[in-house]
Amino acid sequence: MTVLSVRNLNIDLPSGDGHVHAARDVSFDVEAEELFGIAGESGSGKSVLSQAIMGLLPGAIISGEILFEGRNLLDLPPREMQRLRGNRIAMISQDPLSGLHPFYTVGAQITEAIRTHRKVSEAEALQEAVDILGRVGIHDPDKRVHDYPHQFSGGMRQRVMIAMAIVLRPALLIADEPTTALDVTVQAQIISLLNQMRRELGTAIIMVTHDLELLSSIADHAMVMYAGNRMELGPGEAVLTAPAHPYTLGLLRSSPNHESRGALPSIPGQPPSLLIEQKACAFAPRCAAAMDICHKERPPLRNFADGTRSLCWLEDKASNTAAALPAIPEEPPAVAQSSDIVVKVSDVRLTYGGRSLFGKSINLDVLKGVSLELPRGKTLGIVGESGCGKSTLARIIAGLLPPTSGDVTIEGQSVLGLERHDWVEMRKRVQMVFQDPFGSLNPRRRVGSIIGDPFRIQKVAHGAARKNKVRELMEIVGLNPEHYNRFPSEFSGGQRQRIGIARALALNPSIIIFDEPVSALDVSIQAQILNLIARLQRELGLSYLFISHDLAVVRHVSSEILVMKAGQVVERGETEALYHHPQHPYTRELLAAADPHYRKSGGGLADPQSSGATP
Amino acid sequence: MIRFIASRIGFAALVLVMLSGFVFTLFFVAPGDPARIVAGERATEAQVAQVRENLGLDRPIIEQYFSFVGRSLSGDLGYSYRNQQPVLELIKNRMPATISLCVGAVVLWLLMGIPIGIMSARRPGSLVDRLGQGFVLIGVSFPSFVLGMAALYFLYFVPRQAGFTLFPPGGFRPFLPNPGLWAWHLMLPWFTLALTSAAIYARLTRGQLLEVLGEDYIRTARAKGLSERKVVYKHGVRSIFSPLTTQLGADIAALLGGALVTEQVFGLQGIGSLAVQSVQTQDRPVIIGVVMLAGFFIVIANLIVDFLYILLDPRIRT
Ligand SMILES: Nc1ncnc2c1ncn2[C@@H]1O[C@H](COP(=O)(O)OP(=O)(O)OP(=O)(O)O)[C@@H](O)[C@H]1O
Ligand code: SF4
Ligand SMILES: [Mg+2]
Repeated sequence: MTVLSVRNLNIDLPSGDGHVHAARDVSFDVEAEELFGIAGESGSGKSVLSQAIMGLLPGAIISGEILFEGRNLLDLPPREMQRLRGNRIAMISQDPLSGLHPFYTVGAQITEAIRTHRKVSEAEALQEAVDILGRVGIHDPDKRVHDYPHQFSGGMRQRVMIAMAIVLRPALLIADEPTTALDVTVQAQIISLLNQMRRELGTAIIMVTHDLELLSSIADHAMVMYAGNRMELGPGEAVLTAPAHPYTLGLLRSSPNHESRGALPSIPGQPPSLLIEQKACAFAPRCAAAMDICHKERPPLRNFADGTRSLCWLEDKASNTAAALPAIPEEPPAVAQSSDIVVKVSDVRLTYGGRSLFGKSINLDVLKGVSLELPRGKTLGIVGESGCGKSTLARIIAGLLPPTSGDVTIEGQSVLGLERHDWVEMRKRVQMVFQDPFGSLNPRRRVGSIIGDPFRIQKVAHGAARKNKVRELMEIVGLNPEHYNRFPSEFSGGQRQRIGIARALALNPSIIIFDEPVSALDVSIQAQILNLIARLQRELGLSYLFISHDLAVVRHVSSEILVMKAGQVVERGETEALYHHPQHPYTRELLAAADPHYRKSGGGLADPQSSGATP
Repeated sequence: MIRFIASRIGFAALVLVMLSGFVFTLFFVAPGDPARIVAGERATEAQVAQVRENLGLDRPIIEQYFSFVGRSLSGDLGYSYRNQQPVLELIKNRMPATISLCVGAVVLWLLMGIPIGIMSARRPGSLVDRLGQGFVLIGVSFPSFVLGMAALYFLYFVPRQAGFTLFPPGGFRPFLPNPGLWAWHLMLPWFTLALTSAAIYARLTRGQLLEVLGEDYIRTARAKGLSERKVVYKHGVRSIFSPLTTQLGADIAALLGGALVTEQVFGLQGIGSLAVQSVQTQDRPVIIGVVMLAGFFIVIANLIVDFLYILLDPRIRT
């Protein structure tokens, strides 16, 4: 039975700069009990689409049809729509940390949902809330129901969100990136919970994500969106294994999940602006298989035997067409072997502590004795969940934070107790690149002067010489030197990360510490940056510490990996060895979480929460 | 939590002690000899010395301070130099007018500012919003005494010329036996004192609520199928109480200053005018009494705000 049928949907959002064309001629069907996946890069219109279905886009200009249980939601009066929301169609938002009201107990929030749609007493509603919390794997639900959201962890809050969404047994549940804000191991638990719930309750789920691999492994059908267009639609398995559209293929190949080593085949360029009405193929400027006609006319819809449909001028599936393959950059020559250790960290501990106002001492052990060695020209990857101390370790190595005990030596020289002058010298050799390309760049300064900052601070190169150096750096990291005078806001996320890297390179460092350099970026852009990072290492002989929560990314770039948990190193090893023969249970858990096939089989995943729940 | 409360109370006590020390020191470093003022212009040196001894002004400052603290703890704030009335008595007589003025003004500005802010935030850019913004602009552009003068002119003087009394020009009537008369007499002072703050609170409410309405949990509330009213009031407005309470705590000190001006404009015999008179006449025990009392109220009000804050935000409470 078809629960939802979207027909030729167009969504225009009025904005200060004109209309944003957020959806263009999008059609799809969702069957009962199905898990329907929507994937696409940031800004491709996934969230706008799901909000349109919920009727939560006031001011949008929408044409087409959204048929839900036979009725066109676009024609329903607001009161009718309100009656459906939360009752027949429910939604889970991306960020469970901000999706629950901080001032009401979770019980109050769930009973509110129940009593909005059903005439039951407060006590009955509370009982139902307790039941549903138990089902989604909250222990002691009859006690926890009176707790406030801040008393739950992120993963638990997402379980609460799910409980609230399914308590009225909706026919359709829209989950907009339900796991992106969570740690990898928790992500896998949430996905399997959703999967289990749809089977038990017969709820159809639309799952929005930018993680195509994840989707294809669990989704019955998957839709790939790009710039508001439905590029490809088909059975999940087919879309993953034999993508029909060049964009899908590009996305799949640029994610570092594969066994691939070396350079990633990235998709060049940036997604187009949605302010301009597209008359041809939206992907044409970035497509390796683009033909003349692609730039002139809207592509036709191609139907393939396995049920996939693709919006493309190619007559055959992209996966069968050599031309559609993104060019694979040549394999890098192996970096010269060396036993020269550039960074040596021995038994570093960090304890935040002291006394509270009333004399009770509070100690927080952030690092509990970490040791590592980084050989010259190599990359050491550090993985672990948020809060495990990765970034603190990075700051200690960079000399920004003194450890409580232990020692750090950079190229044979201890960084502790340095004279001011030596410290400054040392800081030149160790540079950091941060996650947030937005936050770390001053929005009111021009890019040229941001990149030139290190020269200014360290008082090297002036005037024209400095300007030339900056231009040179911009070229090295793949930025157009013509953009010297632009502001950071005029660059995309990937370009801003290039700016950050250029700034880090300015003083010829020998070591760069990357702290989650690509986690804010989309897959296709992420691949570009990873390639850049690898190329710079080859060309400049740099040594890297690469910190990430994403095991796939770390694996791709690192020769050796360190797994951290709660301030300790639980496992370390040469990348492939660690990958194929993980020793520590936590490493296995991380691996399982990062591998969608592992997830699909549901095997090996320690999920203490849902296994403890009474079904 | 209990520790938090205890620390707040301790802090409040500390503030009061410091305040008392501060005014007492001022008392001594200020020019002019209080004994001479009390004794009168034509008193002889011997008479002045006698007065000084009577008032205990010849003793060391520390001793005087501690005897002052000791007496004030037992409720004795000394006697006015002017007319030998007990300071506490003087203040007690003036209290009803000031409390009526302040409490009424706070209630009025909250009742005006918050709803205007909410209506603005519900439909940003609409006619209602633009009217609200206009109100804010007017409210924050004029000092309260100008507003007071204008109110007096248009709501008292002009109707008076036309031969009827819309509002009285001032004066204080006790709450009992006739609350209506009390309110009628206070209407102009209330508006004068409240308008600027009402505008500030309207602006604050609008800004905070607009921000809150963009939060994810508001989307969650809408996704539950709640009516727009419930979304705005139960989920949106609930969240802005904390910042409003914080602001209120900060505004209480400024409120007393505003009350002083308003009492002058409308001839209300309140603490404010008492303070002005006693400064003019260098009546130091009264000045000290008034300052301590004001400090006491500000500290108490802030304590209440702190507790409210805890009550309102479970993240601090639990
Ligand atoms: N209220 C709005 N007014 C104007 N434009 C909007 C509005 N909401 C979203 N957009 C624009 O619509 C486009 C699609 O946004 P949408 O949030 O659907 O992307 P997405 O695919 O969900 O991305 P992400 O993966 O980052 O969540 C973007 O260009 C965005 O800037
Ligand atoms: S239509 Fe042309 S440009 Fe667009 S995806 Fe297909 S081949 Fe590439
Ligand atoms: Mg989104």
